[in-house]
This record gives sequence, structure tokens and C-alpha cells, in this order.
Amino acid sequence: MRQPLSDEKGEMKSLHMLEVKDIHKSYGSCEVLKGISFTVDKEETKVIIGTSGTGKSTLLKCINQIDPPDKGEVWLEGEELTNPSVDLNRIRQKIGFVFQDFNLFNHLTALQNVSIGLEKVKKVDKEKAREKAMKELRSVGLEKQARQYPAQLSGGQKQRVGIARALAMDPAIILFDEPTSALDPELIGDVLDVMKNLAGKVAMLIVTHEMGFARNVADEIIFMEGGKIIESGSPEQMFNNANKERTRQFLGKIATLYGKE
Amino acid sequence: MQSLPKLLEGVPVTLLLTFVAISAGFAIGLLLALGRVYGKKVISYSCIVYLEIFRGTPLLVQLFIIYYGLPAVGIIFSPITAALIGLSLNSGAYQAEYLRGSIQAIPSSQMIAGRTLGMTRFQSIRTIILPQALRISIPAWSNELIYLLKYTSIVVYIQVRDLTFQAKDIAAQSSRYLETFLVVALIYLLFTFIFSEIVDRVEKHVRIPGIGLSQTIVKRNA
Repeated sequence: MRQPLSDEKGEMKSLHMLEVKDIHKSYGSCEVLKGISFTVDKEETKVIIGTSGTGKSTLLKCINQIDPPDKGEVWLEGEELTNPSVDLNRIRQKIGFVFQDFNLFNHLTALQNVSIGLEKVKKVDKEKAREKAMKELRSVGLEKQARQYPAQLSGGQKQRVGIARALAMDPAIILFDEPTSALDPELIGDVLDVMKNLAGKVAMLIVTHEMGFARNVADEIIFMEGGKIIESGSPEQMFNNANKERTRQFLGKIATLYGKE
Repeated sequence: MQSLPKLLEGVPVTLLLTFVAISAGFAIGLLLALGRVYGKKVISYSCIVYLEIFRGTPLLVQLFIIYYGLPAVGIIFSPITAALIGLSLNSGAYQAEYLRGSIQAIPSSQMIAGRTLGMTRFQSIRTIILPQALRISIPAWSNELIYLLKYTSIVVYIQVRDLTFQAKDIAAQSSRYLETFLVVALIYLLFTFIFSEIVDRVEKHVRIPGIGLSQTIVKRNA
């Protein structure tokens, strides 16, 4: 783990954009995260895989402090999120989040869903906010659905609006919590395509079971189990030449289940 | 029938009581509901105490305390003021419960989505939770409005000259009890109908696909 450097002002500066250090999290007596550490750099795409219940979603919530960790630090662009004196509302603007259940604002149209963050949080003028929101909707292929309400959209469309909503805030990194797990198989492709297009343009940390996506798009794959990181490496390495037996076992099983893509 | 004008003198009073009670009650109810759901222990418990008191005692007793009781400690209100205060405080308690139910019916994930964007708790409540919760509570709220219109008649007991008061007066003087009270009933009925229509129109106007829709449809067909 690289040590953070400090500049003349004595402020700690991390060399990575996102740095997660030794995160521990328990629910009651059950320890879900047992010391997780990793980094994500600018425009990198990292995918976290693992069996259900290993705390992958919990980890994402620990990063943006929705459910803060019990122990450990999270650093984003040189600022420590786990520090109680930090202004979380300001920093959360830099972290996009895409939910498994889409979680769109039901009383707002697709366009308003995307623009509301800009209007209320970034205090952007309404006209400009709508323009930018339209632009993001266009980039996910949904400009025709701008005036529709979430109840009128399909799952895949809702998720793409969710991604547009995250993108509109120009975040430094977007966290994806099993973005396609609640979708019908035929709708998954559209969402994955949108995510593929984002690779390299914005940093992404994705929790998913989509191995094909992980293999083709990820810069690094992190395999988690039992609240710990078992192994991490490039897709090449993880799929073809994993160090740990458990990794080979897991990826082998998944390959059989989903078919090698 | 010549006494119709005298009877109708009571209408503005009844309407005033209804509108002030429903509006002030809404403001009070909203604060109480928010305090109950989002407030820290002290605030939350204070709200619960208020609610228990005003929902656990009869409206009439509350009005008697305010109008006849308070002068004993030096607080004197005119009949109409006492009525407005009593009705508002009481309605506020009931509206607080409808609103609380509606607010708690909104999934917590909505609040989380708002916070994830960087909104403060206050912003999330105002822009995400309330617009949805208020729509869901329209059926209960329209109930409250109709209820209030009729229960304002209770202020007769603290000397407020509302519609029912005027009716009693006229009926006593003319001894035409049946006629008078039937006409009064008709007037209340007419206003109930008008209010229902207005609320219906408002509900249609603010309706959003996917929010409370099935609820409102079930209520109408029931």
C-alpha cells in the first residue's frame, strides 16, 4: 500500500484517486468486512466479484458513507471521507451511485431525475441543468423518454436513467451496485453497453456477476469472499492464470454457469 | 323561508372555521409528522405527547377547556378565536398521523438516493419525500376536510354563531324544527359535494403515474 504524501500545507495527499484502507464493518455481532484495502485511479474500471452476501454492496455503501465503516479510512482525491469533520454532502457530489433497484425519484420525469441533482445540489440554473440533463439522456439513448415517469419505463430504461443521473453530476468515480441484477436478461445488454462506453472516461467501481463484462471491460478484477479480498489482478490473469485455488474454482464455476463469453 | 338569509349568515362562519382549521391543522400536522419521523428523541417524544393528548380527548372537551376553562388562569378568548384554536390544534393531531403514515410509506431508498447525490437531509425531505408523501395522503386529507366541515357544528356549544347555531336559533323561534334542520342538512350536503369535487380535480391535476394511483382508484370504487 503506497503511503500518502503531504504537501507544504501539511495536507495529506494520496497518490490514488480513491483509496480504501483496511475497512471493517459489522452488523451486530456479524463482521461483514474484515479489512478491505484497494485503490482506484482516474478513469480506471475495477470490477468486484464474489459470492452473494460477502459484503460487496456493504463495501460500496461504506465508501460513500451512506453506511460508514466501523474501522478504516476512505480517501477520495486527497480528502478523507471517514473524517467526521468533512462535509459529506459536498464530497458525495463527486461519487456517483447506481443502485441495483434503480431507485429513481418516482415523482419526477426522466429528465427531472437527471437534472435535479444539478438544480438543487450544484445550484445550476434550471435552463442549463435541463440542457445538461438532456445531453446525458441522449448519451444513454433515452432522449425520447425524457418526459416519462419511472412507472412508465422498463427496467433497463430506468437503470440507464439512473446512470445518466449519476453522470450529470460529473463525478470523479461512479459506484455500481449490481446494476443489472434486477433486470430481465434481454435488457441487460443495453445497460452493459452504456457502461462499456463509459470505460476510460470516468473511474468506475462495479460490483457485478456479469463475467463477460468483467473480462472485456475491467482494468482489474477484485475477487472477494468472506469479507476479505482473496485475489485481484487483470482479467487475463484472473481468468487464465489465477494464483489462488479458490479464485480458479469460483471463476471456473461461473464460466460453466454463464458460459464463457 | 324568510329566515333563509338569517340562516345563511352562519355559512361564512362555518366556512371560515373549516378553512382555517384545515390549513393551520396541515401546518401543525406537517411539523408534528416530520418531528415524529426525523426528529431526535426529545422532539420525537414531544410530538407523541401532543398527539396522544389531542387524539385521546374529545374535541368538545378541548373546546370547553379553551373557552370556559382558560379564563380561570387569565387567558380569555372570544368564541370564534377559541373555536379556531381548538379546531386547528385538534385537526393538526389527526393530520399528523395521516402524514406520518404517508411519509413512512416512502421507501428509505428514496432518501438514500437523494443523499447520494449530495443533498442534505432537509433537501431530500423537501424535494424527494414530501412531494410523494403529500400525493399519497390526498385521500386521507380530503376525508379530514369533509369531516371538519361537519364537525365545526360542534362550536355551537361555545357560542359561535355558525350555520348550526343559526339553525337552532331559527328553529327555536319558529318552532319549525324539522324544516329548519332539513334545510341546514341540505346546505352541509351541498358544500360536502362541492369540496369533494374540488379535491377530486386537484388530485387529478397533481397525479403522477406510479404514485398512489392504485390507492386512489381503490378508494373510489369501494
